[in-house]
Amino acid sequence: MQTASEIDAGIAVQYLLRIGDTALIQAQRLAEWCGHAPALEEDIALSNIALDLLGQARAVLTRAGTVEGRARDEDQLAFLRDEREYRNVTLVELPRGDFAVTMARSAMLAIFFKLLWQRLAGSSDAELAAIAGKAVKEARYHRQHAADWVVRLGDGTGESRRRMEAALQELWPYTAELFADDEIDRHAAATGLGPRWSELEAAWRGEMESILAEAGLQAPAATPFLSTGKRGLHSEHMGYILAELQYLQRAYPGGVW
Amino acid sequence: MSEQGEWALWEVFVRSKSGLDHKHCGSLHAADAKMAIQMARDVYTRRQEGTSVWVVRSDHIVASDPGEKASFFDPMEDKVYRHPSFYRLPPAVDHM
Repeated sequence: MQTASEIDAGIAVQYLLRIGDTALIQAQRLAEWCGHAPALEEDIALSNIALDLLGQARAVLTRAGTVEGRARDEDQLAFLRDEREYRNVTLVELPRGDFAVTMARSAMLAIFFKLLWQRLAGSSDAELAAIAGKAVKEARYHRQHAADWVVRLGDGTGESRRRMEAALQELWPYTAELFADDEIDRHAAATGLGPRWSELEAAWRGEMESILAEAGLQAPAATPFLSTGKRGLHSEHMGYILAELQYLQRAYPGGVW
Repeated sequence: MSEQGEWALWEVFVRSKSGLDHKHCGSLHAADAKMAIQMARDVYTRRQEGTSVWVVRSDHIVASDPGEKASFFDPMEDKVYRHPSFYRLPPAVDHM
């Protein structure tokens, strides 16, 4: 990809944090299922996926720290920022909910990440491109796993269908944020760092709708609501996640395994 | 899914990178074949153990009867001549 203009480090860092933080917080939410999933096998599957996402977050946050040039490593970025410095989309910080909410969100996010990593594999940032090449394989599996559950629950019993419908109603308004462009997207696209996220919307919608069709479900109608997590303005749930996520590092600064 | 709502038991066979055959490595519960393959991937190949996975419903496996062990397997005990270890190979093909 041609570098059309000089990359502004500050803006590039924001773009990277949106990716890294979204993976990080989704990993944290999925990890809440560890020991609580409906079956032992599913418990392991969810933990595997959470660890994949955590690995992606580590790689991208490390890259963000390097680009930023303030000698912050992955741990400092993950554990020592305040709420407003996190750039994850609000969708991932919503409570884990029941299994239907978890799977609906996992499907939404896995499709998004799969499409994003596919594009980032051609990033002008060689390191980000390498991370994407590896992550896209993981995202493909996450998509398969979650889509399978969306179909099973949607096309399952009356109760499972009711729960999946409720999950979609609850989460759908938050998907708009994924594709709402701003100056950071435009800069990333202009410099070849990565796509404007709005470019992924048509493909995302197509995949989502085909899964929902198979499940006998329909996508909820769009709403004017637009969440703002990736601009640092989070929901009331974010502080609680960070309290848990950051506890050890705040209590024992610099602690390592 | 059975009437009790219990998922069926499946046996899992994994072929490793260097292996030629699928080896039995354990079992798991799953609602159907598709889920069983995914679960097997997540439970039994998370440390790079495999390049191929087979699953088969445990109740589809026909096993020999443990009570028949004496008549089934013991008679082979004194039939060493069934091993190809009594032929003298010509030097040209020795150590084959």
